[in-house]
Amino acid sequence: MEPLSWTGSIAFLNPVLAIALAGLILSILAWILINIATTEGPVIVNPDGTLKSAAGPRGLAQTALRFTFLASVLLALAYIVLGVFLGSNAGIVGAISQQFLPVWVSLIIVFAMSVAFKRRLGLYGKLFDSPVGMIGFGLVMFWVFTGIFGALDLIVTHDPLVQVSGMKNKVPGTPLPNLDESQYAWYLLGGDNLARDVFSRMVKGAWIVVQIAPLATLFAFMVGITLGLPAGYYGGRLDTLLSFLANLILAFPVILLFYLLVTPEIIATGVPNYMAAVLFVFPIIFVGVLLNSRYYTRPNFRTPLLIGVLGVAIWLYLSLISTGGYVINTKDYAIWGLPTFMDLFDVPGGILVVFVSVVFVNSPTVFRIVRGLAMDIKTRDYVAAAQTRGEGPWYIMLWEILPNARGPLIVDFCLRIGYTTILLGTLGFFGLGLPPESPDWGSTINEGRKLLSIYLHPALPPALALLSLVLGLNLLADGLREESLKD
Amino acid sequence: MGLFILRRFGVMLLTALCLTFVVFFLTNLYPNLEKLAKTQGNQRMSDEQVETWLENRGYRQPMLVKYGQWLGVMPGFTNTLDDGQFVGTCARPGVAPEDTPKFCGVLQGEWGYSTVFKDDVGGIVSKRLGNTGYLMFWVLVLMVPSALIVGILAGMREGSVLDRSLSTFSIITTATPEYVSGVIFIAIFTSSTVGLKWFKGTATQAMDNPTFENFFLPVLTIALYGMGYIARMTRASMTEVMTAQYIRTARLKGVSFPTIVMKHALRNALIAPFTVIMLQFPWLLNGVVIVETLFNYKGFGWALVQAAGNNDIQLLLAISVVSVFVVLLTQLISDIGYVYLNPRIRIS
Repeated sequence: MEPLSWTGSIAFLNPVLAIALAGLILSILAWILINIATTEGPVIVNPDGTLKSAAGPRGLAQTALRFTFLASVLLALAYIVLGVFLGSNAGIVGAISQQFLPVWVSLIIVFAMSVAFKRRLGLYGKLFDSPVGMIGFGLVMFWVFTGIFGALDLIVTHDPLVQVSGMKNKVPGTPLPNLDESQYAWYLLGGDNLARDVFSRMVKGAWIVVQIAPLATLFAFMVGITLGLPAGYYGGRLDTLLSFLANLILAFPVILLFYLLVTPEIIATGVPNYMAAVLFVFPIIFVGVLLNSRYYTRPNFRTPLLIGVLGVAIWLYLSLISTGGYVINTKDYAIWGLPTFMDLFDVPGGILVVFVSVVFVNSPTVFRIVRGLAMDIKTRDYVAAAQTRGEGPWYIMLWEILPNARGPLIVDFCLRIGYTTILLGTLGFFGLGLPPESPDWGSTINEGRKLLSIYLHPALPPALALLSLVLGLNLLADGLREESLKD
Repeated sequence: MGLFILRRFGVMLLTALCLTFVVFFLTNLYPNLEKLAKTQGNQRMSDEQVETWLENRGYRQPMLVKYGQWLGVMPGFTNTLDDGQFVGTCARPGVAPEDTPKFCGVLQGEWGYSTVFKDDVGGIVSKRLGNTGYLMFWVLVLMVPSALIVGILAGMREGSVLDRSLSTFSIITTATPEYVSGVIFIAIFTSSTVGLKWFKGTATQAMDNPTFENFFLPVLTIALYGMGYIARMTRASMTEVMTAQYIRTARLKGVSFPTIVMKHALRNALIAPFTVIMLQFPWLLNGVVIVETLFNYKGFGWALVQAAGNNDIQLLLAISVVSVFVVLLTQLISDIGYVYLNPRIRIS
């Protein structure tokens, strides 16, 4: 097999793309400079009374920008479309875009459906009115689909843990020696220091992030909301105590906390299991109180509902915290948990401790935000109205205050997923928690950086992947904020 | 004001006590002690040997007693081993048993003895802190003015082209953690593959002889991540000020736009960023750990990684005390500064 070049038979597009990109950069610079240097152009009044601004240098720069931007986007699309059809004939770019085919298809479906029904989809639909939000959403969904399909072994070309001899630190596009039938013929983004495929590791790394980050953020929000609402609503001693505890955790440098919590020695003591047992109770409390406060006036409906929901929740909780029949299993003592035949899933110790510490680090910040919002909203008239009606405090907190605080909370949720992704990367970067051969982005960056002055390709793909995902989440949050402020 | 500061100091001390106890508790859990015994004594010690090793050196005393000894409110542990070796919390190599002080804790100014570096913790921490202080100084010199300029330029005319481009820039910097931007910078500016060998990929020499070539990349890496956030906060506060009534009055009076920005808006717009910059310190501390590891600069963050990796209890405690105090002090300064800068709060 021949080594692949970057673009193969579609190399004729390269000079065109170079021209388009150069044009784009030049027109952006010109646009900025002209906008600083000149003031608004003169306004022409049309006969029908409408206003029209004259096409001065500003208008010219804007037109140039629009066209060069469109040209660059179209060319990028051309690379992807041609790559999908030509595959490895179109070089590395083609082969990669062919591998990502399921992701492109799902992205097109999601965007087409969302744009078609955007008026009926509330805040989510409004996202498709803002270009920034759309770009962010596209980036995030790209990595979500990559993670899901990567976990289904659709995108990956090789096993991310298998080492192929002779492929150590090879450049992108190197063909495999001694190829057999079932194998993919190239290492698309080269081999790392242990001769594993960089491309497949990057794709598998997306699944780890997509699995942990949103879920950990959701748990942190549950903890923060369950504690922050009463702190803000009641105030007083409870507030002082909880705020002191939150500030205590916030005063810890995150990395020191990780180094103290996420070590094999601490895992052996069972401290993370205790923390998991405490932290994971909060979602159950949250759901229980949420439903009870709403339906307690209709006991016939409430009691079966609560039994059903809490039963499932407690079962999930117990399967989450117990592994192999034990909640805590150390050398000296063990605490019995759910028996193995009822245990739905086992969370590996490394993942659990990472999950717990990320939730632990994030929840005080969420607590502070929720507390602030609750303190602000509790002075509103509708809260006073609910109090006059004689509603219970938890009903007011969960069904009056919380829905009205949803805007800032949704925006913060997106930002916080990005922050959690960064934290996961930090953990991987210091080799904490996850097993050393794990393909998560942080660990891969950490391994790749050691040889960075000679080989760039092992470290850059995961770094850029992490950058684009976090950037997407930030843009998404920005778009959501903008759209939610519009009403 | 005096009472306020006094109360804050009280809370600060309480927080520091709680946090050091947490660190103390976590580092003194048995598996950690076992690891310490094996790295200090012998890797192939049996469980009984580990137990006696720890017993002889006072590591198996009750947690509160050990914490009291570290604080200096309990007399230090002493013991003479069977082979005549004198050990204890206050014992130092080369100091005779008679000269060993009875109390040696933080209150006596003794930070303990590092088991990794075989040196006094106080000396190590101050030396490493000096290195990091130098790094932080240049980070602040680079970060604060550029973040403020970006934020003010962006917030000056909300929704303008300049605003949108600068806001995009700040979003990109907040989305790039240090280990990503550091790797990208090293790849672009130092590697032999790209060919731009403008800077050095390590800052090891920068400890003795800092030059632009070996020191700029670590400074830039930390500064960029923190910059976006400060710039966005500055922009938000600037846009708020620019819509205020007195700015409109000044405009209607015919004051020129640059004068409005410089004389009327700037001072009020800088109150919020001041607190943000102060509260940014804990995050800078994180960045310092990552960047010092990435660029191999032996400062405070590097010492943290070494201490935590080898369970060097006393060094780790000293480091956590220092970082907790940095965090709490900056919070205090930001509170006081906010009251000082904003007369409306001082009156009420």
